[in-house]
Amino acid sequence: MPLVPAVTDLDKLKGHPAVARLLASNSVTVEGAKFDRDEMTVYVHRSSIREACALLREDPGCPFNYLSDVTCVDWYPQEPRFEVVYHLLSIPNKERVRLKVRLPGDSPALESITPLWPAANYFEREVFDLFGIRFNGHPYLRRLLMPENWEGHPLRKDYPVEGYR
Amino acid sequence: MGHLNPIASLEVGQDRTMILNMGPQHPSTHGVLRVILEIDGENVVRIMPDIGYLHTGIEKTCEAKFYQQVVPLTDRIDYLCPLTNNLCYVLAVEKLLGLEIPPKAQWMRVLMNELTRINSHLVWLGTHALDIGAMSVFLYCFREREDILRLFEMVSGQRMMTSYFRIGGLALEPPLGFFDRVRDFIARFPSKVDEYENLLTGNPIWMMRTKGVARITAEDAIALGASGPTLRGSGVDIDLRRDMPYSGYENFKFKVPVSQDGDVFARYLCRVQELRESNAIVQQALDGMPEGPIKADAPKVVLPDREKMKTQMEALIYHFKIITEGFAVPEGEVYQAVESPRGEMGYYVVSDGTAKPYRVHMRSACLANLQLLPAMCEGRLIADVVAAIGSIDIVLGEIDR
Repeated sequence: MPLVPAVTDLDKLKGHPAVARLLASNSVTVEGAKFDRDEMTVYVHRSSIREACALLREDPGCPFNYLSDVTCVDWYPQEPRFEVVYHLLSIPNKERVRLKVRLPGDSPALESITPLWPAANYFEREVFDLFGIRFNGHPYLRRLLMPENWEGHPLRKDYPVEGYR
Repeated sequence: MGHLNPIASLEVGQDRTMILNMGPQHPSTHGVLRVILEIDGENVVRIMPDIGYLHTGIEKTCEAKFYQQVVPLTDRIDYLCPLTNNLCYVLAVEKLLGLEIPPKAQWMRVLMNELTRINSHLVWLGTHALDIGAMSVFLYCFREREDILRLFEMVSGQRMMTSYFRIGGLALEPPLGFFDRVRDFIARFPSKVDEYENLLTGNPIWMMRTKGVARITAEDAIALGASGPTLRGSGVDIDLRRDMPYSGYENFKFKVPVSQDGDVFARYLCRVQELRESNAIVQQALDGMPEGPIKADAPKVVLPDREKMKTQMEALIYHFKIITEGFAVPEGEVYQAVESPRGEMGYYVVSDGTAKPYRVHMRSACLANLQLLPAMCEGRLIADVVAAIGSIDIVLGEIDR
């Protein structure tokens, strides 16, 4: 399977159920999309992540009813610094889609999707713990893996691999 | 979503209730899981898992290693199914590279993976039965597990931390006599499964401890992110091996056991049936094992044969370059999920075009499955908590990473 260049033209990607559904809605701001290595990525504005997830979950044609994963990538020193990454799976249609939200490095925060999927509870706590991203509306946003009194967020790129000594 | 309720004031219980700490050194918590229970007599009012005792920062370590150096780290995440983690990682990197893997390597990967599944399920069955009080099953299960570990040792030199898969294929050609030993094992294994089932499936004590215990509906299981046998035990028919095949699984015929009840017994039945199905897949892999190379034809990625390295200048140069400066992976990102014995194991690998991964994230099936614990246990007895923890089959190394 030789590599083919990624498709980033929104018009060409309209055929994908998730992209079509998100573009048709007025409440969700789609910032872009990318089809690369058989995987679909949709960039969503930070204010509309919860609506985007709710829309995809309730899609009658292809319901993305399962939240696989929530994680984050730190692009320090670039701005916008953080990318929060959501992986959704449609159990009936066996289809995956990746949602991405770009966040600035300065006090990054976005809406929690735990009210939609309780599965996001631990995932978002982990991202909060290791990247320091706040999820507004999360019922219990505390450190998950690191000790409560830990300083800093270890998976940020400006945090040394061997820790602070 | 009552079970989502945060336990912020656990230090002070309500009237009538007390706080009980279970773990992190409790034998039935399968590692270092700490569970904080608020109990009213024998009844569990609230339950909160507390994790992080085994956090080693593997994801951070990966960012400082070359792509090929990450493979041994993936063993250490889930020490009961190292090969599944190896496979998931190498598949993700191969997808980033656009590498084609020769059929023999793919079939060997499937074979080793199903042996790993049997191995992992045997440890689960033994310890789960031990928790509930069925002592002897443990000894039976570990007898067969020992055989599998010997097979792993034969093929990779290691019993547990195998690191047998490489980006682009396998580490070594399987040794002479390996397939005969596997054939020998799978010929007698179904009768061993009968033995376990004789001890447990119809056993009235086992049924009393597991039937109707820690029940969870399909809707709750999906909403809470359950996967694998934990999800199939609630009647959701999904198996990534069949539905989104990888590594040549589309060539194999097998049934996906699903049970409708959603209780501990249903999850037990699913896993025991999976033992038989995995055995059948190993049989198919043996029968149809193709001939050919075990490594992809990609000299810049795959290490050359030892013999070539010592006799050919070019192979020596490639070897030196791969070891000292790694190989660059084209920019991009990939999410590769495989069906691990515990559920959906996913690797999200981001490349920035250099020889070291920019970000490696492991989607842990256990972490998501652990979130089911409050929904399963609240309102039930303490003894059922032990049964419930056993039935979701957690490995703390994978949860904490």
